[in-house]
Amino acid sequence: MRELIKMIVVLTVISLASGGLLAALREGTQERIELQTLEFVKGPAIRSVLQGSSNDPIASRFQIKDGDVLRNFFVGVFDGQPTAVALETSTKGYKGDMGMMVALDVKQNKLIGVAVTTHAETAGLGAKAQSDPKFGGQFKGASVAAPLKVTQDGGSINAISGATITSRAVCGGVSNALAVFEKLKPQILEKMKEVK
Amino acid sequence: MAKTLTQEFTKGLWAEIPPFRLVLGLCPTLAITNTVENAFGMGIAVTFVLTFSNIMISALRKIIPPKVRIVAFIVFIATFVCVVELVMQAYTYSLFMKLGIYIPLIVVNCIPMGRAEAFASRFGVVRSMLDGLGLGIGYTLALSTLATFREIIATGSITLYEKPIAILGASFEPFKFLVEAPGAFICLGLMLGIMNILGKK
Repeated sequence: MRELIKMIVVLTVISLASGGLLAALREGTQERIELQTLEFVKGPAIRSVLQGSSNDPIASRFQIKDGDVLRNFFVGVFDGQPTAVALETSTKGYKGDMGMMVALDVKQNKLIGVAVTTHAETAGLGAKAQSDPKFGGQFKGASVAAPLKVTQDGGSINAISGATITSRAVCGGVSNALAVFEKLKPQILEKMKEVK
Repeated sequence: MAKTLTQEFTKGLWAEIPPFRLVLGLCPTLAITNTVENAFGMGIAVTFVLTFSNIMISALRKIIPPKVRIVAFIVFIATFVCVVELVMQAYTYSLFMKLGIYIPLIVVNCIPMGRAEAFASRFGVVRSMLDGLGLGIGYTLALSTLATFREIIATGSITLYEKPIAILGASFEPFKFLVEAPGAFICLGLMLGIMNILGKK
């Protein structure tokens, strides 16, 4: 009986100590890990949609609570003014979820860039949404007001051949991003003023 | 015959060098020795886990009831592996992405478990620390040697911090086979053979 109690006590104490140590470490490194993940996983997409900005969009980011989710916004400074903002949305692709970074100019209400961050689309077909700059480039300069659709659906975006579903998904994702932007516009504009 | 403290440390570098002499920890030895950088990073991670788990286990060896010792060892090893994982994620993210699943897999690596059972649970803290440090550094050396060999022959250069350093010159035709999985087995086999020849007196 004594042995049994000793076993339980020792293991409990060891586990508690380990758990405490890990929790403390996790707390201490969380912010840095988030930053590193942004830098390495989303960094390339953020930099490509906000190409030419004079600041570091990852450093000048802010968060806004949208319902239950906390969204990250990345600000781009052009000609000394914080005029562009990028946000990430996700939609259903042909296979699984697709994440995309959408950047828009808040002064002119225009899209300035779209880049796919994560996807599980077919290599050589749907995957071109990420790798082929021609597809993403079509969104550049499109007005925020007009709905974005592929040509088959009466829109202006040329779908990637053989990957209409993926192309539609990207259009849907961009529309989602625009909807989020419209919904949170006052807060976004407010926060952007603080960026220098 | 008791070993001196220096011998406890140096045995890990040659006489008991993990992958070649003890033939332990082979999964990462085969899987991540395709570049020197990966191999070195993996070696450092294992050294850290091994040293600290050895210290903790040896310090608490009289308190841990023998019936649950394996569970306690695993808790210690897993804790230090998590520490390594978090620290790597926070400071060396690109290496963390490349090593990927092999970092959590240190938990089931035979080296920390084997040393805990065979050494740290029987000897004092200083000895166990030196044992862990020695074997860890030996492991790092072994992985780096294997990786240097494979990377140079497979690509003709060594890549450190994303900058390739040409070693064999432009006329060298890269022998890509060696960075693939079968190349790992062949290189490891050759290394084990060489170690056996050298070890024969």
